[in-house]
Amino acid sequence: MSAQTGVLKAGAGGMPLTMKRESLTADAFRRLIRNRAAVVGGLIVLLLALIAIFAGQIAPKSYEVQVLIDNNKVPAWMVSLFSSMAPYAKTTTDYLLGADYVGRDLFSRLVYGSRVSLSVAFIGPIISLLIGVVYGSISGFFGGRADNLMMRIVDVLYAFPTLLFVILLMAFFRSTFAKPDPGSFAYGLSQLDARMGGMLFIFMGIGFTAWETMARLTRGQVLSVREKEFVEAARTVGAGNGRIMFRHILPNIVGPLVVFESLSIPTYITFEAFLSYIGLGVNPPTPSWGSMIAEGGSVIRTYPNQAVFPALALAITMFAFNFLGDGLRDALDPRLRGTQ
Amino acid sequence: MAPKVLEVKDLATQFKTRDGIVHAVNGVSFELQEGETLGIVGESACGKTVTVLSILGLIPSPPGKVVSGSAHYLGKDLLTMSDEEIRFIRGAQISMVFQDPMTSFNPVLTIGRQVAEPIEIHQGVSRKEALERAGELLALVGIPNAKERLSDYPHQFSGGMRQRAMIAMALACSPTVLVADEPTTALDVTIQAQILDIVKRLRDQLGMAIIWITHDLGIIAGLAQRVNVMYGGFIVEEAPVKELYAHPQHPYTIGLLGSLPRLDASTHTRLVSIDGVPPVLMKKPTSCPFAPRCPFVMDRCLQENPPLLSFDTHHRVACWVDPKTGGARA
Repeated sequence: MSAQTGVLKAGAGGMPLTMKRESLTADAFRRLIRNRAAVVGGLIVLLLALIAIFAGQIAPKSYEVQVLIDNNKVPAWMVSLFSSMAPYAKTTTDYLLGADYVGRDLFSRLVYGSRVSLSVAFIGPIISLLIGVVYGSISGFFGGRADNLMMRIVDVLYAFPTLLFVILLMAFFRSTFAKPDPGSFAYGLSQLDARMGGMLFIFMGIGFTAWETMARLTRGQVLSVREKEFVEAARTVGAGNGRIMFRHILPNIVGPLVVFESLSIPTYITFEAFLSYIGLGVNPPTPSWGSMIAEGGSVIRTYPNQAVFPALALAITMFAFNFLGDGLRDALDPRLRGTQ
Repeated sequence: MAPKVLEVKDLATQFKTRDGIVHAVNGVSFELQEGETLGIVGESACGKTVTVLSILGLIPSPPGKVVSGSAHYLGKDLLTMSDEEIRFIRGAQISMVFQDPMTSFNPVLTIGRQVAEPIEIHQGVSRKEALERAGELLALVGIPNAKERLSDYPHQFSGGMRQRAMIAMALACSPTVLVADEPTTALDVTIQAQILDIVKRLRDQLGMAIIWITHDLGIIAGLAQRVNVMYGGFIVEEAPVKELYAHPQHPYTIGLLGSLPRLDASTHTRLVSIDGVPPVLMKKPTSCPFAPRCPFVMDRCLQENPPLLSFDTHHRVACWVDPKTGGARA
């Protein structure tokens, strides 16, 4: 759908002579940018993406080099903010937000930590859309026995607790196959995981479970659209199954799917943060907001700055994605088409 | 006589439902000659639409199933074709116009893309060329500024315009047969008249055969050469249009013609109607399906279903009774 803006010249009274032609995407975009919260959310997401991409340039220090002499150092302004630290805090001007318990720069770790959250925010939906939409479409489109079987499989997987599954996955692959048997599949997988800083299994965990809801949603939407008369009309002009699915049905259901997915991004981010918090997420020293909150949490009474900032970053990110998702939902709602 | 393009023999279609099997079409046979317009009339749920959908292989299955019969299009049986083969016929050689132009277009695709679709599918031209051709087609069916309106979405078209666009889409690949399933029912009368004019003009220009399904006998009178009257999944009478209006032979046809409002009738005449309701086709009828509503009913009607027999050279009727005398047919 290309943006069609065939606005004709305005008539004498400033009234347009013909109705403005606008494609559905252009219309939705116009309504999205009118929603202030969504725009703010979108800008924050954009900013986060830039920070994640240019983390190497933005971070003043390395995220992994430990300067043990600087451990738990706090900048002076932080001490005035949290005055309880005054009696024992070693102040510094070297570190923007202070250093952690082994003397790593908190700010740099925060910047690099955005990479993990953001990759989860993008990889999660991609996996879930790829598997879920294809699975749900096939199920809904062909119906009958295939549909029944496919949905029962989803039911079974659905009943399996996500968290338990991911914990088992991590425990099994990481500890059992980390060292022995070079060349085996599991060994290769753990190596890949290690090279990705432990994110592979997080992606797999999210991917294995996130698509199920998506598949159900897609199936329901396909079911409601495939009986429409225009689908039959498409059949009478000789369109095959593929064309009907991708040309006629998918564009009609993409709105709800996008909205659902954008609203579930925060869930993926929390999930990663949670896994890292309980120590099953990224491998140290790779920073993740979740693991930073865990480390900072243990010293929250003595050095509150170590937990507050990653928590703040996580909260802002979640808010931003939620606002953006809400805005998308309103913008793509077909009942609001053409309105302000 | 012009060559036959379509020859349907003994077509029967059934639907499985929770309550049993619905016998929607029960052995329908008819022919369509090149360039001819055939009207199929009958009230709702008498099997008109199911007949043509069966021919095109568009019966949703399950629950529907074509249980017997053949439908030869230029010598090839459409009913035994593979999905792939019949796809090349649909839209290219036999195309269809639906009843409700409001729901027959995909709301998220432009009119141009949709009118161009059969061209893209069947003629293997580029999207740009297909769009160009779609513009010409829209102009052909009388849509002003056709080129510019290609990029409009269906909701920007009025009902009449959409039905014209639908016709343009059906004509895109110059089909030999156009199936029109009550294309004017959802439109008001002035738009109906416009659509009929367009169809007549294009029929003469392009020389295609038309199957026109309707329950409006008035439309058929001015459009078709031959008429099939359907009742309860059977063809009960088949005749050239003038003959049918002048000498209707089946009591149902007589009833239908009698219940038309007439301009020359006095304003105080009550509109005539046929008593009773159409049959629910849960069993294959063994008696005449119209018998319970028929004013001429005899004992034989309740025991045997009359076959469609020749009454005249071009006139066939399925009835035991001669409505002129009220007695059995000779």
